[in-house]
Amino acid sequence: MSADVDDRPVADPASPDPMPDNSLGGILRAYLAKIKGGEVGSLPAVLGLIALVVVFSALRPEQFTNSFNFANLIGQSAGVTVLAMGLVFVLLLGEIDLSAGFAGGTCAGVLGVFLTRQEWPLLPALVAALLTGAVIGLLIGLLVARLGIPSFVVTLAAFLGLQGVLLTMIGEGGTIPYRNDFINGLNNANLPVWLGWTLGIVCIVGYAVSTYVTDARRRAKNLTVQPILLWALKTGLLTVVVLAVVGYLSVERSRNPALTSLKGVPVSLLVIVGLLIVLTFMLTRTAWGRHVYAVGGNAEAARRAGINVFRVRLSCFILCSTMAAMAGIMIASRTNSVNPNTGGETTLLYAVGAAVIGGTSLFGGKGRVIDAVIGGTVVAVIDNGMGLLDQPQGTVWMVTGLVLLVAASVDALSRRRASATGHV
Amino acid sequence: MSPLLELHGVEKSFGAVQVLRGVDLSVRAGRVTALVGDNGAGKSTLVKGMAGIHLFDAGDYLFEGEPVKVTSPKDAAALGIEVVYQDLALCDNLDVVHNMFLGREMRRFRLVDEDTMEQRARETLDGLSVRTLKSVRTPVASLSGGQRQTVAIARAVLWNSKLVILDEPTAALGVAQTEQVLRLVRRLADRGLGVVLISHNLNDVFEVADDIAVLHLGRMVGQIEAASTTRGRVVEAITTGVVPEGGAA
Repeated sequence: MSADVDDRPVADPASPDPMPDNSLGGILRAYLAKIKGGEVGSLPAVLGLIALVVVFSALRPEQFTNSFNFANLIGQSAGVTVLAMGLVFVLLLGEIDLSAGFAGGTCAGVLGVFLTRQEWPLLPALVAALLTGAVIGLLIGLLVARLGIPSFVVTLAAFLGLQGVLLTMIGEGGTIPYRNDFINGLNNANLPVWLGWTLGIVCIVGYAVSTYVTDARRRAKNLTVQPILLWALKTGLLTVVVLAVVGYLSVERSRNPALTSLKGVPVSLLVIVGLLIVLTFMLTRTAWGRHVYAVGGNAEAARRAGINVFRVRLSCFILCSTMAAMAGIMIASRTNSVNPNTGGETTLLYAVGAAVIGGTSLFGGKGRVIDAVIGGTVVAVIDNGMGLLDQPQGTVWMVTGLVLLVAASVDALSRRRASATGHV
Repeated sequence: MSPLLELHGVEKSFGAVQVLRGVDLSVRAGRVTALVGDNGAGKSTLVKGMAGIHLFDAGDYLFEGEPVKVTSPKDAAALGIEVVYQDLALCDNLDVVHNMFLGREMRRFRLVDEDTMEQRARETLDGLSVRTLKSVRTPVASLSGGQRQTVAIARAVLWNSKLVILDEPTAALGVAQTEQVLRLVRRLADRGLGVVLISHNLNDVFEVADDIAVLHLGRMVGQIEAASTTRGRVVEAITTGVVPEGGAA
């Protein structure tokens, strides 16, 4: 904290933000400086994902890399990923929701009760299920934000309680089947090939145009803006990924195409991408989203700045449990039924793991919705790949636990690094 | 010209402990009023009362000559009173712009208007002749103590505030950064704002203050013009609770 650091003269006083180095080297240097400063983001998860895919592809080239398995993997991970997306909001506050898995199961159970047993039409049954999630979140949020009980304890109690609710609702050893095509389609059906391509291209063009227009506007106003080359790189990367994924999923993957054709982007991927866009928008473009980060970063500062900390906390718990309801429905949709274990077992732990592996901090204040998607994919790839290697479940869990531990260590280390270099 | 802010006979107790026992204070626009006193003299309580965090038990609160009721930080902000706390109350994970607009984000079509916020943040910093921030998009965590203080002060003047209360703004700073912050404090007053500066450091006080208000065990010992007194006398007033009459102390 010497004077020369603080008094560093600025070359052009009219624009305090010096023009960044816009060359490829400059972008790389800026990125490396960020990593060194402890802002690793999703980089470890992405590198890990690439490594896992390479290893599994080498060991099981036939089974792992075929498009059937690829689509299967998306379906398997959809529930955990959606759950993790909701958990990001609670983790951003520096809180935890251990009950999210069984909250999802309970809501899926509610859907089953109304849709199958009571024979309600789809819409009211779906609304009832999502509302159940919101109410669970409201209760947890009130206990945490109003009474000040640690979220770990509240949601641990809710975890046990909701497990009981689900078991009571469905009955020991019972199941409630779903007989609604829409619900069962959520995590089993595929989009027509042409629609997959259309949506993929809409995504690319939408991203490219909207970010380009924003950047151009900010450049015209002389505000800080990413180099145009960086924009091109990001757009290029997105284009390659989207085209590769859509292309691969548009291949016929049925073992007997004459009998049933199996191709196109799974509906579950559409659900994930849709939620990703909506939630990211909420978190980054609304004042509420800013307040979530503020409360997670420094709740006292947020309170003094006039932010209603209680309401922000409450809203995050409600959002998390509502997302859990969606996740529960996705999980149940996969098997066309709800049972007393829907959303149980490793679901929640995988989801928390997914968010953390993706780069969301357990300490609050740092995280993005896309972390959940990246981390969810890592978890799914481990689960799926180890299964194909004929590894016993015990080994799968041990490896997953190890990966989570590595991710949490990266989080803690980058935090230490960040506080040493002054980044967050 | 009538004072910007006036307190008359302000009292405040916490349970059995009476912290403020009939304090008078007047703050004029365009002047730096230093609030000094030993630990436990009631400086923080007085400031928190002015900011609407605590409610005074008794006494009059006048702002721009009108009696006002300040019962929450929102009331104070609505009057144009901003407080820069000692611990700054910044969110480390947010950048300079987001910190300056924290809780008061500008919106367009119900979305955060990043462009206007960034422009106004930069205008405000330029207006305060702040040249030390490289980018307004840097996370606050990576700033030095003086830069953080600058951000906190800039946040306080962003809203055309009339009175800025600074709680020990130089307590944790090195020599050069203290100098910068004091110059900034002076600039606020020169722009016509009323400034209340709480400080333990009489060097700082004599460098920037126009008026010095001395608190002693919850009573206002007196409000003295800085130019007409000496450090020795102020020290005596702080320790004994009596303003020495005439002569060198």
